[in-house]
Amino acid sequence: MGDKHAELVQAIADMREEEAVSMAREMLDSGYDAVTLLGHCREAMELVGKRYEEGEYFLPELMLAGEMLRAIGDMAKPLIKQDQKASAAAGTVIIGTVQGDLHDIGKNIVTFMLEINGFNVIDLGIDVPVETFIDSIKKNKPHVVGLSGFLTREFDVMKKTVETIQEEGLRNNLKIMIGGGQVDDAVKNYTGADAFGLNAMDAVSLCKRWVPA
Amino acid sequence: MDAIELRTPDRLPTILFSHFWVARNAGMTCREAMYDYDRLAAAVRKAVVDLEPDGYYPVQTMVAHGPTMDILDYKQLEWPGHAGVAEDVPFQYLDAEYMQAGEYADYLLDPTGFMIHKYLPRVARALEPLAQLPGYPVNLHTRILLSMEVYARPDVRRALETMIRAGEEMQKMRASMARMIEELTALGFPCASHATSHAPFDVVADYLRGSKGAMLDLFRSKDRLVAVLDKLVEMIPREGIAAAKKAGGRMIFIPLHWGLDGFMSPKQFSTYYWPQFQRVLLALIQEGMVPHVLWEGDCTSRLEVIKDVPRGKCVYFFERADMVKAKKVLGDTACIRGNVPASMLIAGTPQEVRDYCKKLFETAGEGGGLILDAGVGIPDEAKSENVQAMFDFAKECVY
Repeated sequence: MGDKHAELVQAIADMREEEAVSMAREMLDSGYDAVTLLGHCREAMELVGKRYEEGEYFLPELMLAGEMLRAIGDMAKPLIKQDQKASAAAGTVIIGTVQGDLHDIGKNIVTFMLEINGFNVIDLGIDVPVETFIDSIKKNKPHVVGLSGFLTREFDVMKKTVETIQEEGLRNNLKIMIGGGQVDDAVKNYTGADAFGLNAMDAVSLCKRWVPA
Repeated sequence: MDAIELRTPDRLPTILFSHFWVARNAGMTCREAMYDYDRLAAAVRKAVVDLEPDGYYPVQTMVAHGPTMDILDYKQLEWPGHAGVAEDVPFQYLDAEYMQAGEYADYLLDPTGFMIHKYLPRVARALEPLAQLPGYPVNLHTRILLSMEVYARPDVRRALETMIRAGEEMQKMRASMARMIEELTALGFPCASHATSHAPFDVVADYLRGSKGAMLDLFRSKDRLVAVLDKLVEMIPREGIAAAKKAGGRMIFIPLHWGLDGFMSPKQFSTYYWPQFQRVLLALIQEGMVPHVLWEGDCTSRLEVIKDVPRGKCVYFFERADMVKAKKVLGDTACIRGNVPASMLIAGTPQEVRDYCKKLFETAGEGGGLILDAGVGIPDEAKSENVQAMFDFAKECVY
C-alpha cells in the first residue's frame, strides 16, 4: 500500500483531480482504512499549502484541492467510526462573516484549509448576527473564533462581536482571529481581536499555535 | 488629454470617481442615492463644482438602479432598504453560478439566446417567463408568425409589461443624468466616462460562472473556457464602442477583478486573462476609444506583461500597485492613474493626504502621464476635507 499512498498524495498535490478521486475510491473499496486515507489527504494538502506559500500555486489550485478533498471526504467520512472522529479533530473553530457582510470566498477558503489541517470547523455562513456567534460558542465550546469581513464598515461590527463575546464571559480560553480585505494590525487592535490573518495559511498557523496537538 | 497621450500637461490632472461618496458628501443615504435621481444629480454637481476636477464619472450609471430593481424583482444584488438591509449601506453583488458548468456549449452556440432564455430569468423574478420566448436562429418564415402566440401568454405578457415599466423608469434616470451632464459641460466640466466594459475572464468569473466555478474551470473545462473567452473578445468591444458612441464620447471605464496579483498564477494570467483582454483593448483603441483600466488590488507583478499596448492610448488606473515602479515600467507606454489609499482618505488628515499626493507627484508624475485619483475612486466613508485637500493639491502641481 506504500505506493498507493505516495501516488494519491502526488495526484492531489499535482491537481490531477479525476485520478486522485478514482484512486481514493478504489482504495476505500478495497478496504483501506478511511482515517489513514484522510491522513494522506492532509499530507497532500501540506504540499499544496507549501506550493501556495512559495508562489507556485494560487487561489484556483486551493479551490480545486478543496473540491478533491470534499469528494474524497464524502466517500471516506461515512466509513469512519464515531470514536475515531472525536480523537481525530485537532480543535474546534467557529467561523463566520460578520453581520452586514455577504462576502464568503475568503472565509470558505479558510474553512477549508482549517478542515484539511484536522480542525473541526463550524461555519456559521455570512451576515452572521452577534447572537448567533454567542449561541454557537456556548454550544460548541470552540478553541478559536474566526470573524471575516471584507467591507471596511465591518470593522465596527467585528469590534461589537468581540465585545459581546467578552461581556458574555466567553473570552476565557478562547482566541479570536479576524480576516478579510483590508485588516491589519491597527484593525486588530481596534476590534480587540487576538490576531489577524492575511490569507488562509495565516489562519492555519494561528490555530495550530493556539491549539497545540 | 495631454496626460493620457503622454505629453506634458500644464498641471497634474484629476478625475472624480466614486460610488456613494458624492451622495454621502451631500447628506444623502445610500438608499436615497439609489432612488432619488435628481437629488443624486445635485450631489454630483455639488462635488464637481466644489472640487473642480478635470473630468468626472456620472455615478448614476453605477448606483441609481433602485426603482428598476424593485420593478424587476432583481436578484443579483442586495441593496440598502431592500429585504432587511439597512438604509445607509452600499449594495453588494451576489457571487453565484449564474451559468452552470454544463452550459458552456449552450452559451457558445447562441449567447444571446442563452442570455434571454436562461440568464435573465435567473437574475430577476419578473423575467422568468422570458424562458418561454421563441428562439429565432431557425424559426423562420411562417414559423415567425406562429411564434407570435407566445407573446400573448398571460405570464409572458406580464413580463413584457414589467419590462416596459422598468424601461420607463430607466429613461427617467437617464434623462436626469443627461440634464446634469449638459449643465456640467456648460460649466466646463467634461464627463470622463462614456461606457463601461470588461475583461473577458471577468465576464465569466463575475457574471457567468461565479468565482468558484471559474477557478475550477481553469482545470476542468479549459477548452470550453478558452472558446467562451474568444467569443467574448469579439462581443465586448462591439458593445463598448456602440455604448460610448451613443453617449457621445470615447472614455471607456474597465474595472478588472481577477487579473491582480495573488488570484491567479503568472502562467494562468498569461493564458486566460491578458491575451484576451489585450485583444479587447486593441479593438477599442483601434476605434478611437480611450480605455481607463482599473487594476483593483495590487498588480505590480503584472506590469511588465501589461505594458504591451500602443503608446499613449489608454490609462492604467491602479489601486495598490507600486506607482513608482509603474511609472518606471509604463512611463513610455500608458498614463497611470491613482492611487491615494482609501484608509488615508477615511482616517487620515488633509495634511497627510497632501503629503501623499506630493510624494506621488514627485516620484510618479515626472513629465506628465499621471492622473491623480484615489485607489478605487473616492471611498464611501472618505472625509470631505481630505477629498478637498487632494483636489486642491493637484491644482498646485504645475509642470
